[in-house]
Amino acid sequence: MAVNGKPDRGLVEMNAEECKGCGLCVEACPPKVLHLAEALNHYGYHPAVYAGVGCTGCGICFFVCPEPGGIRVFRLDAVAAA
Amino acid sequence: MASYTVIHEKAEAFYDTFERKAELQGQTHYCPGCGHGIVSKLLAQAIDELGVQDRTVLINPVGCSVFGYYYFDVGNVQVAHGRAPAAATAVKRSRPESIVIAYQGDGDLAAIGTAEIIHAANRGEPITVIFVNNGIYGMTGGQMAPTTPLGKKTATSPLGRDALNEGYPLHVCEMLNSLEAPVYIERVSLGNSKQIMHAAKAIKRAVENQVKGLGFSFVEVLSPCPTIWKMQPVEAKRFVQDEMAAIFGVSNLRDRSKEAQPRPAAAAAPALEDLPRLLDLVNGSGVEGAAAHPPQELDMRIKVAGFGGQGVLMLGEVLAEAGLEAGYEVSWLPSYGPEMRSGTSNCHVRLAHHAIDSPLVSRPNVLLALNEPSLRKFLPVVEEGGIVLYNGSEIPEDCVRSDVRMVALPFTQLADEVGATKVGNIVMLGALLEATGMLEQDRVVAALKRLVHPRFFELDLAALARGRQEFRGSAADDYLWGV
Ligand SMILES: Cc1ncc(C[n+]2csc(CCOP(=O)(O)OP(=O)(O)O)c2C)c(N)n1
Ligand code: SF4
Ligand code: SF4
Ligand code: SF4
Repeated sequence: MAVNGKPDRGLVEMNAEECKGCGLCVEACPPKVLHLAEALNHYGYHPAVYAGVGCTGCGICFFVCPEPGGIRVFRLDAVAAA
Repeated sequence: MASYTVIHEKAEAFYDTFERKAELQGQTHYCPGCGHGIVSKLLAQAIDELGVQDRTVLINPVGCSVFGYYYFDVGNVQVAHGRAPAAATAVKRSRPESIVIAYQGDGDLAAIGTAEIIHAANRGEPITVIFVNNGIYGMTGGQMAPTTPLGKKTATSPLGRDALNEGYPLHVCEMLNSLEAPVYIERVSLGNSKQIMHAAKAIKRAVENQVKGLGFSFVEVLSPCPTIWKMQPVEAKRFVQDEMAAIFGVSNLRDRSKEAQPRPAAAAAPALEDLPRLLDLVNGSGVEGAAAHPPQELDMRIKVAGFGGQGVLMLGEVLAEAGLEAGYEVSWLPSYGPEMRSGTSNCHVRLAHHAIDSPLVSRPNVLLALNEPSLRKFLPVVEEGGIVLYNGSEIPEDCVRSDVRMVALPFTQLADEVGATKVGNIVMLGALLEATGMLEQDRVVAALKRLVHPRFFELDLAALARGRQEFRGSAADDYLWGV
């Protein structure tokens, strides 16, 4: 996703079905681009969702999330950034 | 068009799907916000980065993290409560090339398993231990752990933990740091992102040390248990950061990973065939001289009984050993109280030409009673037609049985005449051999040679001869037998 034509440095893919809505990633994300959804997932939790813009690819959400496959973090390729 | 590459995703060391339940096979069973989930991820990450998934063996504990084997695609063992360091020792010693990681909670490691962890650390076992300290028993519903903070109310400290009543929170890292052998000891915390990133490094280091062949590496992780603490996950994380970290201290206590030398591989155990020689069992007519076939049909069920110090167990041992020499199947089962001397003692000995079903002798056909209480106790169970040797000049009147062969001789006095009270048991053995012809003399001599100190060997031979002689000359033979 890009703002003002400049692509974000990172990107996250949240696995809404594996998320337990603990909110640790929401609290830990430095640019605050994650939040818990209004809707419930299949399990009955409010899953964390990505705002869609502003991820820096820092990876912090990945490390604070207790679920093995809850989050995937991507980083912008150097070539594309150039 | 911007392109992106994955930098963090589910570790290879985890299974793709967790088949514990039919539904939600991507999720762990941990509560939302549980530190075990985070520690598992950090550990899986370390295993991936070090490329050791194929040779990792995870020792799973009892506690909330009992199900590690559903998540980690590595070798897995799940062990009894607190025993992970002992099991890890066994796995590591028998498979030195494997990377053995014990994962334990604080109830598991610091309560029921205190001895195991201390001794594994003290031996410097080259294993990795990940110790998840959440200050409570999670799985069983919130009992106090040795690590529970003072003042904390738990199911088993309902008034709050009081140092006078329940002691102080146990500082495991500091205890282990008093030992010489460990290579790496660090306490980390999951209280905030920075601490978590640091915990990742410490866990990796602790595994890497093992990959390098260094010694014992230990990481304690201060970890949230939001459910039992009755806190929201974020609140629980703050509790770890502010309270737990203050109580325990977050720091590296020891890092000898740079200077430590790889531990030499444990010396191989001696070959089985070499054991008799190493244990000095092959002098004279040793084990190898044992006859392949028993010389006669035999089923001796012998009970030897007396008081401690009379050589009860020794007499049984000589019989069993001589039986083995002669090629019989044998068993010897001692049974005695906690007393080293005095107290009653008895042993069960079996010699048979066929396989022995049980070493217990509950219906003896030979009773060797070295004192009167033993005679009274065991005479009633002697099989009809059996033989009883009694250490006394005559059988007490009310102990006479006419359906068994009873021989009374003052074996202790005879031994005194031979030269030492303590060979009374061997005098009795001589009489038994003479009475039954159950074993050849040379087999018994070989057994004695192996079992007794060379200093007493001649004395024992004299005692044996004296027993035979007394029996032959004794009118005691067939004492009322058949009357
Ligand atoms: C021999 C034995 N004693 C007691 C138990 C009961 N038990 C199960 S888990 C547990 C404590 C677990 O606490 P901890 O090690 O702190 O792990 P957590 O659940 O907090 O992760 C106890 C006492 C048991 N399973 N086996
Ligand atoms: S990678 Fe960093 S910036 Fe992006 S969502 Fe996760 S924590 Fe936020
Ligand atoms: S940390 Fe993981 S489980 Fe918790 S809300 Fe975020 S994605 Fe969900
Ligand atoms: S009870 Fe505590 S330790 Fe156990 S899974 Fe839940 S949060 Fe984790």
